[in-house]
Amino acid sequence: MKVMDEHPHDAVDVIEDISQDVKLTFSEEKQNFLRDFPSTTAAELLAEKQRLLFSRPEEDEQEEQLMETLYPNVREVGFYLEQAGVGLGREEMQRIFLALKQLVESQALLGCRLWGKILGTESSYIVAEAQYIEGEEEEEKNAEEVAEKEEEREAQAKENEMYPLPQSTYKPPPAVPKEALGTGANKFVYYVCKEPGHSWVKLPSVSPAQITVARLIYKFFTGRLDHQIVSYPPFPGNEANYLRAQIARISAGTQVSPKGFFRIREEEGDEEDEVVQDSSEVNPDFEGIPVFEMASLSTWVHHIQYILQQGRCTWVNLAGKTGEDSNEEGEAEEKEEPDEPEPEVGPRLLDPLSKDSEMFNVPSWSSMVSSTLTFQHAVAVQRSNRWPGAYAYACGKKFENIYVGWGLKYAGEGYSPPVPPLPQKEYASDRKEIAEALDPSLEEEQELKEALDEQRAVQEEMEDIDDEDDED
Amino acid sequence: MDSRWLLCSLDLVAGNGCTVSLEHRAALQTSMVLLKKNYKFHRVLLWGKVLGLNKDYFIAQGRGDDELVDKKNLYSFDCVDWFLLPSATESMIQEVSVVAKRRFVGDPSYVYEHVEMSGGQDGAVDSPVVAKVSEESRLAVTVHQIDEEASVVPRGAFVKSPRGLVHVNRSFAGLSDSQAKKLDNFFHFRKAKNPNKKSVLEIGDLSPAIDFLDTLSDDVPKGSWSHQCECAGNVCVLRSLLWLGLTFYHLPMTPQHGYIYMGDGTRNLNLPFML
Repeated sequence: MKVMDEHPHDAVDVIEDISQDVKLTFSEEKQNFLRDFPSTTAAELLAEKQRLLFSRPEEDEQEEQLMETLYPNVREVGFYLEQAGVGLGREEMQRIFLALKQLVESQALLGCRLWGKILGTESSYIVAEAQYIEGEEEEEKNAEEVAEKEEEREAQAKENEMYPLPQSTYKPPPAVPKEALGTGANKFVYYVCKEPGHSWVKLPSVSPAQITVARLIYKFFTGRLDHQIVSYPPFPGNEANYLRAQIARISAGTQVSPKGFFRIREEEGDEEDEVVQDSSEVNPDFEGIPVFEMASLSTWVHHIQYILQQGRCTWVNLAGKTGEDSNEEGEAEEKEEPDEPEPEVGPRLLDPLSKDSEMFNVPSWSSMVSSTLTFQHAVAVQRSNRWPGAYAYACGKKFENIYVGWGLKYAGEGYSPPVPPLPQKEYASDRKEIAEALDPSLEEEQELKEALDEQRAVQEEMEDIDDEDDED
Repeated sequence: MDSRWLLCSLDLVAGNGCTVSLEHRAALQTSMVLLKKNYKFHRVLLWGKVLGLNKDYFIAQGRGDDELVDKKNLYSFDCVDWFLLPSATESMIQEVSVVAKRRFVGDPSYVYEHVEMSGGQDGAVDSPVVAKVSEESRLAVTVHQIDEEASVVPRGAFVKSPRGLVHVNRSFAGLSDSQAKKLDNFFHFRKAKNPNKKSVLEIGDLSPAIDFLDTLSDDVPKGSWSHQCECAGNVCVLRSLLWLGLTFYHLPMTPQHGYIYMGDGTRNLNLPFML
């Protein structure tokens, strides 16, 4: 209207301005009141936790340089492992390195080592091995006492019943005692975490019962420490205990070192019966062994004790306990010597790998050299076939063991679970009321009937004769 | 795993513990380029590593026009010299499954023997049938079986053209974070067997160019795939529990994906006990 009245020169521009204003009124940019709530993804949460790994403490910078290196040089270990074709990737190893440093600082450990990584179906565990500090008490004892009290209450309730039900004569075999912390299978303490940056959780110490059952079952790890293991035979514990048992088995079977690196610690006053050499120390006179010799099995030795059939590293004679019970029953039995179980013997400490027996026609170890082109600077690697995922490398004076795998032993062609035992008899068989006997068959019954008839006939004859006699 | 981004992706699958040493990586870069030229492949992939008792085999796979069908496998010990593997036929698969058990030895000319005593019911013993299989054919069959049962690609990474040829989808931008968490969005890279007949409603949502493969969630037993986020939560990693050692990785919102097998080449028959 304005344009038509006034006829300005730049009519097109004016109309354009007007049309733009009109269009703007139509298309109002509605503010999106419904916006996506910015949810924190798992990656962001993890990144925040891992950010802490990279923070440096501001004070005590000078003291750090004076402190001894309590945690290993994981970067160096990662470098050598990469040459061997093993590893977790450089950035991941760096994160693990920083996480180990965090562990040592938070728990005030004397020393620790990266043991390896165990994969699980939902998430994995990174495992660190630490020296046992004396004075740490077990918190599990309280749990055991509570369980015992509950059992006592149940037993009392049963005794109050009027008619005794058949009591089970099953006596479970005496439990093998745990090894003390710092010795045998419990020599080291293990900490696990899911990802570097998460807090480290200490694993409980392992008991021989757990090891014996872990030898019979074959289960994946899920990644949750409180997961219940459903298996036959039933595993005494949850996934944390199963993890600890497998770690103990793997350590005993695959932790190896070059010959001469460790030597037996000489003890004064050895016992007569058992000279158990269970301690070894670093040999200060060790000089590196050249690579082409390290590629054979005879230059490697185990430096962790073998776990016996019983589930412990040192054998315990359980027959002593049964002897005490029989003393209560009678003296006559005291004279009989119960068959003493023979002490179990396993491979000795520092036995070379060439003594490791084959499993399912597969040798226990495969050895290789990392590079065939540059032989002089190569790394010798031993790969375990018993525990797929266990590796050991040696280069000059340095060596290291690592395990990255699913935590399961090589089961050959197939794993067969143990068979359940036969069902027990309900009642003791010497009670006559419930003794079973066969019903007499038809022929036997007829024979018996004929025999009785004969007897009766004979008796009647006798009576008739008597009567006749009497009559006479 | 495509040879073009071999360097950065090997670190992403290293969660399994198996990586390739630096020397082999350098050798692979050179030799794969030569392989591509000599055999006229469209793409060359590092398929993986089969660990033997004495030596390990590196396996490479070359893809031709049709990614699903034109596959050729090659093996090598040092990543420099490559030898062609025979393609697996039905008879070979049957022979190998009967004869070859336990671990690979590491020598391609090693012969596995299996003696079958074919005796009749009368007690008359006929001549024993000895089946022989060389390790090379066992390797070929194993690679084929792993590809059939455990290969993984994300949904949308491959497209079926109207002629039936399967190509790499150049406009695949990656799965989103939420999509990467569902097992439905990952497919087996093999001829579709369609174990679960889908209802018409479900088929309506799918697109025939993209959804022509079987999903991982149809696998039996359920739970035979381990699905995790690794490398500081950035990478989506799938691990097969049936063939231990197969790892698939994918970076969400990027077109990077790949799978690699690093293991001893045996199927995990104990899986039902272990879950």
